[in-house]
Amino acid sequence: MIILTMKGVQQSFKFLALLVLVLFSGSIYANTSNENEGQVDTKKEVEDYILHHIQDSHDFSLFSYTNDEGERKHVGFPLPIVIWTSQGLVSFISSEFHHNDDGHVIVEKNGLKFAKIHGKIYELEANASSVNFDEEHHAVNAHKVLDFSITKSVVGVLLVGILMFFAFTSLAKQYKKKAIPTGFGRVLEPLVLYVRDEIARPNIGEKHYRKFTGYLLTVFFFIWVLNLLGLTPMGFNVTGQLAVTACLAIFTLIIYTVSGNKDYWTHILWMPGVPVLIRPVLAIIELAGALLIKPFSLLVRLFANISAGHIVVMSLIAIMFTLKESLGVAGATGLSLVLSFFITLIEVLVAFLQAYIFTMLSALFIGMAVAEHEHDHNTSGH
Amino acid sequence: MDKLLNDFSPGLFVVQTILLLLLILLLVKFAWKPILNSLNERESGIADALKSAEKAKLEMQNLQADNQKLLQEARMERESMLKEARDIKVKMIEDAKGEAQDQANKIIEQAQAAIESEKKAAIAELKTQVANLSIEIAEKVTREALSSNDKQLKLVESLLGETKFN
Repeated sequence: MIILTMKGVQQSFKFLALLVLVLFSGSIYANTSNENEGQVDTKKEVEDYILHHIQDSHDFSLFSYTNDEGERKHVGFPLPIVIWTSQGLVSFISSEFHHNDDGHVIVEKNGLKFAKIHGKIYELEANASSVNFDEEHHAVNAHKVLDFSITKSVVGVLLVGILMFFAFTSLAKQYKKKAIPTGFGRVLEPLVLYVRDEIARPNIGEKHYRKFTGYLLTVFFFIWVLNLLGLTPMGFNVTGQLAVTACLAIFTLIIYTVSGNKDYWTHILWMPGVPVLIRPVLAIIELAGALLIKPFSLLVRLFANISAGHIVVMSLIAIMFTLKESLGVAGATGLSLVLSFFITLIEVLVAFLQAYIFTMLSALFIGMAVAEHEHDHNTSGH
Repeated sequence: MDKLLNDFSPGLFVVQTILLLLLILLLVKFAWKPILNSLNERESGIADALKSAEKAKLEMQNLQADNQKLLQEARMERESMLKEARDIKVKMIEDAKGEAQDQANKIIEQAQAAIESEKKAAIAELKTQVANLSIEIAEKVTREALSSNDKQLKLVESLLGETKFN
């Protein structure tokens, strides 16, 4: 039995290693940029660097360094850019921007000119040759384009999606042969049971939970694995992207709005048991709660927690530079190491907690929408 | 807030929606459905097995109780049979004793009756013999006594003296 388990673990590791290899193979490149950007020393630079990290990125950069000739080298790999422009879909590789992020490098494609400013792709106006900025550093002769690029976050989503798909289909396959899974499946099964028995079943109810468990399981593992991925040095911040959390929250919103039963809508639109005059007022409040506040709380909670976690960890790492003068190199490094180590431990907990809370609240909202009230409103009232 | 809205990427939102939808559909079809079905199957299997084990235990208990009852009954039957046998024995002995007594009594009675009749016969014979003897003696004595007158008188006198008149 132990040998079997070991074999399963080995296979899982082999698979993971293969995946990482495929992802990184041949793509790693060292790019040179003339500007001295990327070097982080002062407080302002640290702040900019953290904000830059929190954002989505068009490159997958692992690290950068300055070589003996004083050139700045970036190690990582470029990602494809796909944008919807005034001339339709345009795509090219992000390396064409040469890691420039302030709009100085102009890329020409299909007769259109593009610049990248703070992680966003701008399309220049037809007669412009370079980006002009106003006093508040807004581009005046360029506009943002709809960006469907395979950004770093999309890579993260794809990676997690593929990992989840293979992990859970292999678990599903195991059940065909044996009643109790072995190897990595033995780790996954209790987690699946946990989501089903602790999140879906108690919040939605015995009668309806089965229909929604698939969604809840997907969302739980999706958020959890992405949160954990955000703690690795690869520097993903997928669940700290508003677009991602908004998408997740809207999925939940659609699910509980579509599956809401008559009781649910009666309670929202024409609350029984209260004076008729108050009912329209309550309906407005209830509608705002159901359609705006609930999904908004979901998306902001996840986004804020994960972003804050990243900012705190990076700030604590930055103590190494910012307190170098007052504490000395060893002191600042030691302090930063200790603090960031403990905060990272907490972040591991937060990663699980946020996935749990998101899934739990989703289940709760769905449960409220499908709950069947046994009491009769005409006789009892509230 | 402005910065947050600026950070929101509609493109990423669209891509994420498509990918998440795809992921949910794929996982539901290829992972969650078979996994949850197998888990349910396994759980109901375990529940069934537990239930049938409980049932078997109950049946076993019933069987044991039945056995106990049967044993008890057999024991009681044996007891009653033994008792009956004992009773019969006692009765038989009693009966035999009574009969033997009766028989003995009867035999004794018969014997007594026989003895009685024998005695009577013997007495009767004795009487006859005594009478004959007496007659013979009387004849002899008479003959003797009557051989002389004196003697005859003497005899009469003595006889008369012996005999009491009443």
